[in-house]
Amino acid sequence: MPTSYSDPAVVGAIAAIAAVTFAIRFSFIALFGRLDEIPPRVRRVLRYVPPAVLAALVLPSIVAVDPASGTLAVDRLFAGALAGVVAWRTEDVFATIAVGMGALWTVRLLFF
Amino acid sequence: MDAADLRRGVRDVAPLLLGMIPFGFVVGIAAANAGLDLVQAVGMSAVVFAGASQLAALDLLASDAPLAVVVVTAGVVNLRMLMYSASIATYFRAFSMRWRAGLAFLLTDPAYALSIAAFRTDESIDRRAYYLGAAVTLWVIWQVTTVAGVVLGAEVPDALALDFTVPLVFLALTTSAVEDRPTAVAAVVGGPAATVSGGLPLDVGLLVGASLGVVAGVGTETLGGADAD
Repeated sequence: MPTSYSDPAVVGAIAAIAAVTFAIRFSFIALFGRLDEIPPRVRRVLRYVPPAVLAALVLPSIVAVDPASGTLAVDRLFAGALAGVVAWRTEDVFATIAVGMGALWTVRLLFF
Repeated sequence: MDAADLRRGVRDVAPLLLGMIPFGFVVGIAAANAGLDLVQAVGMSAVVFAGASQLAALDLLASDAPLAVVVVTAGVVNLRMLMYSASIATYFRAFSMRWRAGLAFLLTDPAYALSIAAFRTDESIDRRAYYLGAAVTLWVIWQVTTVAGVVLGAEVPDALALDFTVPLVFLALTTSAVEDRPTAVAAVVGGPAATVSGGLPLDVGLLVGASLGVVAGVGTETLGGADAD
């Protein structure tokens, strides 16, 4: 679905994301000398951000409720599960996309 | 600047480009689906240059989430780069502040991983040349693949459901981020929590899920005590 935001709003959001992201990247590189280590407590918490955020990005798109019927989108669930096995075994982005999309198209071709 | 070390950076990053090409393509498609034009899409890839956060932001923009939620979510997705910044800072201390800002702007997962490995094993390497060889190559390919995604993605019929490639990319990245039991718990709690809270107002489900996942990961590590590592 295209966003309903105006062009200036979209550009503003992109600029803000760029600024926040640059601040994160530059933080310790800029501060070096005054603060050269992340406090261990913060480091501990940061370690869990990638798995938690990424899983939170994945699952809602795979366990999606079909708005038309109000039921689970079985094709996505099946393709996502199969791609999950491939991702787990290979940790390869390309293989995961290939198997996931292949499974989705196959299920749709056969059953819909 | 040492031309041989620059070339070495380009050469070392080459095998990683194969995995990055579909990712950049997916970002281009997601940008087009979210209603961004070519300039906005490429502009985003040029200045943000962080795929996972771009996809998360585009997803939220497409569902008209509040702009503050869009920006905060993208920032949270990029928080891991604090660790890269701290880790690589010591190798950049000799450079001027202006150069450090430029190098920081190009900091990404692959550029960090390759450079830190090269800096550790080779004391005499021209760090700036090697890093730029890898990082600038990644930046250029990122723009090219974003353009390809925007242009070619528009030609692909909706029935192919190319939007499904977005969660598939995240799926592969999730399995890479799970290294041990506490990180697995963070993922296993974060995913379902985000799904269940998907109906919450302002599209804060992702942030709620991610926060609960982080708490669960830290909790598991704490309870695990000595055998956490």
